[in-house]
Amino acid sequence: MLDDFFIRALLAGLGLALVAGPLGCFVIWRRMAYFGDTMAHSALLGVALSLLLHVNLTVAVFGVAAVVSLALLALQRRGALSTDALLGILSHSTLAIGLVLAAFLTWVRFDLMTYLFGDILAVGNSDIAMIWGGGILVLLALAKLWRPLIAATVNPELAEAEGMHPERTRLYFMLLLALVIAIAIKVVGILLVTAMLIIPAAAARRFSGSPEVMAVMASGLGMIAVAGGLFGSLRFDTPSGPSIVVAALVIFLVSLLPFGRRQAIEQPASENRGDSRRGGIS
Amino acid sequence: MTDHMVDRRDGAKALVTFRGAGVSRGGRWLVRGVDLSVSAGEIVTLIGPNGSGKSTTAKMATGVLKPSEGDVARRAGLKVGYVPQKLAIDWTMPLTVERLMTLTGALPANEIDAALEATGIAHMKKAEVHHLSGGEFQRALLARAIARKPDLLVLDEPVQGVDYAGEALLYELIGRIRREIGCGILLISHDLHIVMAEADTVICLNGHVCCRGTPKAVSESSEYRNLFGMRGSAAIAFYDHHHDHEHLPDGRVLHADGSVTDHCHPDDGHHHDHDGHDRAGHDHSGHDHHDHAHHDHGPKGGHRHA
Repeated sequence: MLDDFFIRALLAGLGLALVAGPLGCFVIWRRMAYFGDTMAHSALLGVALSLLLHVNLTVAVFGVAAVVSLALLALQRRGALSTDALLGILSHSTLAIGLVLAAFLTWVRFDLMTYLFGDILAVGNSDIAMIWGGGILVLLALAKLWRPLIAATVNPELAEAEGMHPERTRLYFMLLLALVIAIAIKVVGILLVTAMLIIPAAAARRFSGSPEVMAVMASGLGMIAVAGGLFGSLRFDTPSGPSIVVAALVIFLVSLLPFGRRQAIEQPASENRGDSRRGGIS
Repeated sequence: MTDHMVDRRDGAKALVTFRGAGVSRGGRWLVRGVDLSVSAGEIVTLIGPNGSGKSTTAKMATGVLKPSEGDVARRAGLKVGYVPQKLAIDWTMPLTVERLMTLTGALPANEIDAALEATGIAHMKKAEVHHLSGGEFQRALLARAIARKPDLLVLDEPVQGVDYAGEALLYELIGRIRREIGCGILLISHDLHIVMAEADTVICLNGHVCCRGTPKAVSESSEYRNLFGMRGSAAIAFYDHHHDHEHLPDGRVLHADGSVTDHCHPDDGHHHDHDGHDRAGHDHSGHDHHDHAHHDHGPKGGHRHA
């Protein structure tokens, strides 16, 4: 029989995968993988602050990630450095400040590994409530933002010309992402959060004919990865967070196999045409 | 130069009005001193060399760029349909033509079909946009913009990558949209020769408004000739007189004498989609409009209808 802790872990993981799927799609479409990484790294600063100031971990991590998003927007507006250089600065400086702060916290046990790789087997009922409550909030907001977000992702100028507000939409998206990362820290940890966003979404691309299908598919594949990874970790006594990511990777690799739809064989050709569109149309 | 023309159109009907509008970036003026207005049912065409500020002007009209000086007044609640000059859709996003149509707003299925039908890509409805050719993709973008039934249609080089026959068809379609939807159209083109015929006003940009007027007036102005040289004016001469017959939407042909036939007469001239004799050796793949000039026929060579 399954133990209570395992059921809790499963519930927490499934909740995270559900919400990470659609957001992960946008991370891929908008080429924000490094941004996701940066937010995740900044979470360590959030952890340190939460211990220092005795505030809720999720709240502190969300707060820091949101501040980092705003800082990125402000720095981008100055336009002096490219976005990936700015992200590199934000990512590593927040990580370093977090570690330095943690060194001062001599009075608490600071288990770095827990935060780096997550501790899904230790989630409590309040964590599950946080994950599902926050997750449903994010999904509702995303449903409301869906059309403008897709339009802004395809072309911000087109969206703005036709009466949308792509800048505002982007800010909302960043805040939603910050919220999901705050939720995810407990489950897969700082270093593996981006994997939960990106790998299921990447695996879903192959099987999807529309953005909406891809979002739902990414959730589904992520949930399979969570279940597979957790059962695997129980069976082989492996760390659970990394096991979930390994399961997601297996699903992604399976999605690359040339079976079923002909598209798998045509893939390289269509990819080339996508590239030529990039250069050709412009 | 007909500045009073602009004033005349500044009435309540104007959808968008520029008054001395300009945009500067990093201390450099992309374009300045633009005065123009687009009214309902009017086609205003912007022409000019690369870097002359055409796209910048279009972006001021859509509201994407705010003018650094002067002002751009847009009618309250203006509904814009926009075909940008560049649009790269990331390969990772699965997007069919049908889904592209509802990018910025929901549409009834029959209006999606009608727009795809009008641009000639109804059979591509279920295709992924990444699998379209350059010309098909432009048609999809145009279909998307017109399906919205906008008040103002801003088209930034809408026929790029479309083959010659398709190009003429799309320009005919743009003229028809103006009549059917009654929207104002701001059209940017490097294809001087075709644009000239349908436009009400042509504005020639070169960092500022270089000259403006009816297609004929612009083509005869010395500023225009200085900018584009004699090859440009030869191209216009070619299209200045191409209406000895017209293709009706149902495929029949209306002739200058008022008769209607199922097909063109064999001796009809200036077919939009003609090929062969005067197109031979004409490289249409390049985007530089100078390549489009028709070296091989001046105002008289091979053109009885001149």
